[in-house]
Amino acid sequence: MTTLDQGKALRLAFGETITDLAATDERIVVLDGDTGSSTFTSLFEAEYPDRFFQMGITELNMLGMAAGMATLGLVPIVSTFSCFIVSRAHDSIRVLIAQPNSNVKLMGGYAGLLAGMTGKTHLMFDDVSIMRAMANMTVVAPVDEVETRSALRVIIEYDGPVYFRLTRPNSPILFDDDYEFELGKAVTVREGADVTVFSTGTQTSRAYEAAGVLALDGIDVHLVHVPTIKPLDVDAVVAAATKTGLVVTTEEHTIVGGLGGAIAEALGMNAPTPMTLHGLQDVFGESGPDGPLLDKYGISTEKTAAAIRDAVANR
Amino acid sequence: MTRTMTTYSPGDMAEFARQARVHILDAVKHANGGHVGGPLSAADMLAALYFGILNVRPDEPDWPGRDRFVLSKGHSSIALYTMLALRGYFPVEELLTFDSINSRLQGHPDMTLTPGIDMSSGSLGLGFAAALGIALGARVTGRDFTTFVMLGDGECNEGIVWEGAHVAARYGLDSIVAIVDHNKLQQFGWAGDSPDDRISPYTGSQLADRWRAFGWEVMEMDGHDIPEILRTLEAAKQVEGAPAVVVAHTVKGKGVSFMEGNYTWHSRVPNDEEFALAMHELGESEGGAT
Repeated sequence: MTTLDQGKALRLAFGETITDLAATDERIVVLDGDTGSSTFTSLFEAEYPDRFFQMGITELNMLGMAAGMATLGLVPIVSTFSCFIVSRAHDSIRVLIAQPNSNVKLMGGYAGLLAGMTGKTHLMFDDVSIMRAMANMTVVAPVDEVETRSALRVIIEYDGPVYFRLTRPNSPILFDDDYEFELGKAVTVREGADVTVFSTGTQTSRAYEAAGVLALDGIDVHLVHVPTIKPLDVDAVVAAATKTGLVVTTEEHTIVGGLGGAIAEALGMNAPTPMTLHGLQDVFGESGPDGPLLDKYGISTEKTAAAIRDAVANR
Repeated sequence: MTRTMTTYSPGDMAEFARQARVHILDAVKHANGGHVGGPLSAADMLAALYFGILNVRPDEPDWPGRDRFVLSKGHSSIALYTMLALRGYFPVEELLTFDSINSRLQGHPDMTLTPGIDMSSGSLGLGFAAALGIALGARVTGRDFTTFVMLGDGECNEGIVWEGAHVAARYGLDSIVAIVDHNKLQQFGWAGDSPDDRISPYTGSQLADRWRAFGWEVMEMDGHDIPEILRTLEAAKQVEGAPAVVVAHTVKGKGVSFMEGNYTWHSRVPNDEEFALAMHELGESEGGAT
């Protein structure tokens, strides 16, 4: 059994990191959609009030203004809850950010299933599918505070629009402090021979712990973390899938068009492999504490282990 | 290198506006599609902007110090393309590629393709937000250019316009000058006494009152009177401490009698007879653009 140490919430690591980076990168400005006290852009405002812009509850406008600011060489970091960026402000993102390839960084806070008992409106787990479908858009979902810090440094240097998925709860720490995120690269976090599991975002920690559970049953999981869902590391995906000949994808996200969809597309075209898509099942969410939500919606460590076990048994 | 500043008279600008109207109809006829009414209502203001107001360098379209112009009512793109061509950003002949495959002159403005286009637009209201962002970014980066943005009155239906109006006033964004082309008609709009009678989205002083209520300095002008346009836009540039908006009273389809005030000319291609008549009214006796 492998249990990871509990770390910070990704949102806190985000707030701390952008504040650190702003000390040496004058291009950074933050646009907040009235959620800074939740997303920790409050830390940035305290340090750099002249580079922090409170946009109020005007998401469509906020994303448009960010695009305008980017034309002057600034790097606008736009932060609010994922649902309000991806759903509410979709038109601004599409026309003013994705189409012109504007250098705007979209911080989707409270993404996924675990958003503090907010319920269906705020639980955003089709964000990856929607953003992945948009040309020019890069989509990144980090697993822990270490990867969040490293990835933020990389995507702020990268010239182009990025959607960055940030979750609310404290998250287990998967990576050592010297881990370095590489944009567009998948990371093998556990070598194994029986089944290849692809995972993204904070679900990778649950997949990692599930692999530990399965090891006790004699199932040897090859676990690949895919923090950059777009562009997908197709070579790594094909190699890892071919290694075991059996694939399970798992994500805190709908199985329609997310990581599982991306990998199904890549394998279907390059290396057809039997696969199971594990994640949220084409549904909307509901209010509830994190534990019961993970259990009911089938992506807890135990249920993730069960899904992998079933895939191996049905091979 | 020295730059020779050419100055244009109001009479020159009126002539450029006339030529622009000819090219607008010629391009739409040639493309067999496109918008007419809005481009014609905006032509005089665009001529005043590009030949009298904007500090720009057509031979250096990305010059960092330039004034910015965003056509938020992006469906009037052909009017802007025409003015850019007349101002020397690209050859006038290129106007006939409007809306054709591989053209730099897309149906709605594309900042990645066309010299002189400062911001993509087309989905109404978005260009306004982007223009506010340019103005705010100019403040952050210590630049002193003015950002002009043109909206339609129908566009002011959009919620994003009022989101942005609220935020711009909050930040006292006084380097923005918004111009609302208040031509009193939208594509279809609300019916009046009969379905054929379409009414203005805002009547009387409603539009000016709304901007004023949002904390903007509001001016009004006749959007077809070049000296008045020049005076008003210069005054709007000088406003300090608050964003400025100019409500421009215009006529949709201006310049062609049978298009004026007729909502069906929002986007419609003139037939040969209508085209010849329009060219005649615009002073083109040969019945086509030169």
